[in-house]
Amino acid sequence: MNALADFIINSLGLSGLSAELVMLLLVVAVAAAVFGIGMTISGLLTLAERRVAGRIQSRIGPNRVGPFGLLQWLVDGLKLIMKEDVVPHDADPHMFRMAPYLVVVGVFAAFASLPFGQLLIASDLNVGILYLLAITSLVTVGVLMSGWASNNKWSMIGGIRAAAQIVSYEIPTALSVASIILISGTLSMQGIINEQGGWPWQWYIFYNPFTFAVFFLYFTAALAEGNRIPFDLPEAESELVSGYNTEYSGMRFAGFFLAEFANIYLMSAIATTLFFGGWQIPGVTPEQQAGSLVLQITGMVVFMSKSAVGCFVVIWIRWTLPRLRIDQLMSLCYKYLIPLSFVCLGGNAIYLLIFPKPSSANTLVHMITTLFGGVLIVIFVTRVMYHHRISGVSLDLNFLARGEKGKYNPETQVRAYGSFRKKYEKKQGAK
Amino acid sequence: MGQLAEYFNAIGRTILTCSDGLAVTFSHLFRKPITIQYPDRTAKPLTEMLPERSRGILEMDQELCTGCSLCSKQCPINCITIDVQKNAETKERILNKFVIDIGKCMFCGLCVEACKFSAIRHSKEFEGTVSDVNRLKINFVEQPAPVAKPKKGEDPVLKPVGSIIRKYLADQWAPAANKSSDTNSGGKSE
Repeated sequence: MNALADFIINSLGLSGLSAELVMLLLVVAVAAAVFGIGMTISGLLTLAERRVAGRIQSRIGPNRVGPFGLLQWLVDGLKLIMKEDVVPHDADPHMFRMAPYLVVVGVFAAFASLPFGQLLIASDLNVGILYLLAITSLVTVGVLMSGWASNNKWSMIGGIRAAAQIVSYEIPTALSVASIILISGTLSMQGIINEQGGWPWQWYIFYNPFTFAVFFLYFTAALAEGNRIPFDLPEAESELVSGYNTEYSGMRFAGFFLAEFANIYLMSAIATTLFFGGWQIPGVTPEQQAGSLVLQITGMVVFMSKSAVGCFVVIWIRWTLPRLRIDQLMSLCYKYLIPLSFVCLGGNAIYLLIFPKPSSANTLVHMITTLFGGVLIVIFVTRVMYHHRISGVSLDLNFLARGEKGKYNPETQVRAYGSFRKKYEKKQGAK
Repeated sequence: MGQLAEYFNAIGRTILTCSDGLAVTFSHLFRKPITIQYPDRTAKPLTEMLPERSRGILEMDQELCTGCSLCSKQCPINCITIDVQKNAETKERILNKFVIDIGKCMFCGLCVEACKFSAIRHSKEFEGTVSDVNRLKINFVEQPAPVAKPKKGEDPVLKPVGSIIRKYLADQWAPAANKSSDTNSGGKSE
């Protein structure tokens, strides 16, 4: 963004106050753009979640609004905007109103240092990943505040659970991130990506067996930090109605909702940056990419598709695993994730002592780890094929199917709905 | 040592079971959805797709009703109102009113079991939304007429299932212009 500002200011020949003004306008414009991108992504994720859920449960999912139901998320948003914003009588009104803002700010501010492309980053901070870990902690404050201010037992329990959960899982998250920082030697998001390469064996997930384990530790901890199933105790519908956002309605509820979905993208994007080589295109060096617009756009598409796969996995896990109990949640964190992250951190440190980069032995380790990962994927695919075979159902790859059209005849029904109803009324009127 | 083995066993079991569960749900992505989109993607009219003995909205055939009011006595929530008057001159019993309040009806089917003359029965219709709850009180008697006198040993002539109620439901739903003109519609019994 600074480069863009310098370019505009220099080309217009501005100086002094006017240059400051241009800078200010640019900051506002970039902030609005980042917020808009975040909102759009989280909106699309709500739709993706519902479609994937439908498919996994042998349903179709929302498919009426727009082509294939693609506009469903806009309609949902419109509905939430038009709903009444209720503040309960016994709630603390100021804190109640304030809480969603903290949650939204905490999540969407993190989008400022997400590297969507080599040059597409709002602000490449030199403490990028540290900033991300720090700013998302605002969510805890917001959630706890909403739980307390609602003056409702469910909200209260939900808020306290969220706080306990997020604070606990910050530790394994930060420790997993520390392993990567150890290898890359930088905290900057672009720096971490520059240290990796386009091919899978150049990614940090396949750097050595420890980073391979670290990825799964990070993913589990991030899942818990984002309050996603199987760690969605703060919102557990069956116990707490809706947890900390029970009393919220309208746009304030939408704030919590969008922040939750933006958080899914956020954790996937961070995983892409740390473990999957970000916007790096296979066979293209960052220097080559810097000079070409086509390669820039390709890099952005690569980043987006990698994080889209991450988002899909998060959604897929939600429709697979049941919710944990609170004691299971805490024992998972303190008994398993934290010791294992420490082991991985130490292992990485020792590895770096033995194999100072880069060397042919180092490359061999990358290759072996990549091969191991590939074998795991092959085993997984055979399991999927096995489960599909024993179900005895034929393969169906038409993911956007809505059912067969054209067999419906409104005349044979007592009533017709929607557009059919209008046709029917017209016909009746003509008679 | 045993505890340590148990610790790592737990981790291994978690990974194996979770990933196999994920494989099961992933395989579901490649199966065809079994649901059918209602109402415009059904292969044939929905009432024809319902099971043989599904309990839809009640319907009554005036040509079969003897006005015995066994059904209204059986009804646990009194949603059937029957008005039978005796003509003083001809000594005939006249069926003036036979109102079923579908808004109250819980589709238990006791009235259907009680009726000895197959006059009241379930149709397969279920689309009963109206703009006014009073329009759910359907009067099945269009013109007051003498009650039926079935002969012993003769089977009643049944109309096709749903043919009676379908007219009333369509009337309720008809455009406003048509509504005012046909005042005899059973939909507006009140």
